[in-house]
Amino acid sequence: MATIGVLGLQGAVREHVKSIERSGANAVIVKKVEQLADIDGLILPGGESTTMRRLINQYGFLEPLKQFGQQNKPIFGTCAGLILLAKEIVGEASPHIALMDMKVKRNAFGRQRESFEAPLSLKGMNEPFDAVFIRAPYIIEVGDDVEVLATHNDAIVAAKQGPFLCTAFHPELTDDDRLTAYFVKMVEEQKKELAC
Amino acid sequence: MTNQGTDRVKRGMAEMQKGGVIMDVVNAEQAKIAEEAGAVAVMALERVPSDIRAAGGVARMADPTIVEEVMNAVSIPVMAKARIGHVVEARVLESMGVDYIDESEVLTPADEVYHLDKKEYTVPFVCGCRHLGEAARRIGEGTSMLRTKGEPGTGNIVEAVRHIREVNGQVRQLVHMSKDEVMTFAKELGAPYEVLLEIKENGRLPVVNFAAGGVATPADAALMMQLGADGVFVGSGIFKSDDPEKFARAIVEATTHYDDYELIAKVSKGIGTAMKGLEISTIAKEDRMQDRGW
Repeated sequence: MATIGVLGLQGAVREHVKSIERSGANAVIVKKVEQLADIDGLILPGGESTTMRRLINQYGFLEPLKQFGQQNKPIFGTCAGLILLAKEIVGEASPHIALMDMKVKRNAFGRQRESFEAPLSLKGMNEPFDAVFIRAPYIIEVGDDVEVLATHNDAIVAAKQGPFLCTAFHPELTDDDRLTAYFVKMVEEQKKELAC
Repeated sequence: MTNQGTDRVKRGMAEMQKGGVIMDVVNAEQAKIAEEAGAVAVMALERVPSDIRAAGGVARMADPTIVEEVMNAVSIPVMAKARIGHVVEARVLESMGVDYIDESEVLTPADEVYHLDKKEYTVPFVCGCRHLGEAARRIGEGTSMLRTKGEPGTGNIVEAVRHIREVNGQVRQLVHMSKDEVMTFAKELGAPYEVLLEIKENGRLPVVNFAAGGVATPADAALMMQLGADGVFVGSGIFKSDDPEKFARAIVEATTHYDDYELIAKVSKGIGTAMKGLEISTIAKEDRMQDRGW
């Protein structure tokens, strides 16, 4: 069985843990760098990206997280996690973990009062996904290797590049585990691949 | 079809703040210090609770200029306080685009009988509670987040501890009740029956519950997390300390790693003196903020 970590510095950690467990994988909350060695995949949860970045710096997580991705271990970022994965962020001098070739805008839909939920068509899924957007970012442009999985009013809100997956919305706030299950499958396949 | 202001969107916003620290600030400069230190949100105020206590008189919603200044200064969410039952203060804050409204007993209540009908707003609310009765009534009115009341502006954690233990103890009691006992429990608590049933079925409150009202040190913040708080509000504790920048950072770290005592010891070193505290028994009954709210 695959073991998936949830970066537990701040944010909606518990919800991801439950969703991972419902999707048939082991879940661990990652608060220390050394824990990265024990997991096959990692979820960067929703929360405040500024706060997470400060704590990432504080505990020397930045390089180990980059290395985790460079070893082709899968990472799934939701909302703040998407921002952490992007190579370029509008209005900010430098990116964070910078593993996905995309340019993102923070709070792109507006403040909390503009936050919303909407049914979303996701590539490869038959039924729409009930997507919850909270002070959400969106992706402005993507590189050639990035596959767009969903758009909302022409804004890119879900994407995949190799072992990296991201959504601007919060699948963890719903009971719909399809995206987590998809990620668990990515992790299991990659685990087999990396074992060869 | 796009829906705004749904329960999921409003409660979800508070879920994203979990494990974090929300700091009271009175200007843009303090807001930047808070953001830099790792706050998940700031509460824009005219005065921090200990100054409200010292100043006496009527405490009202902050001057919109201050709220706007803070909103322009940081990219993290901005909260602001409205008086209990003050429909217009709440609507004004909503129209300004603040991300969360605290219907707060720290301000002088505008209504001594009724709270706001918080379901009617697109903006989410946070409300204080001392026990499950208050918590369930506020949830019934539509609050999307709870916090303990504690005793604001005292730097004394004792009341916040009392309140979180009371709420969580009553939740445990409710969860273990048989269903036919819930109606009488609802009657005793003055709590909406349906809200209690929902809590019983899910085994937990339907909204996050932060600690507030007396957090003055990193160890206080960690204590409240150990007692089951989802996160921490720090009012006077940061900007009334000797070194706000260091205090803010230390409280953020102690909240994240609330069970790592070596780390808490490390972050608590050399950060200067905490705010001067107040013994609760020295506060006259009519000056206790926690008794406001119905």
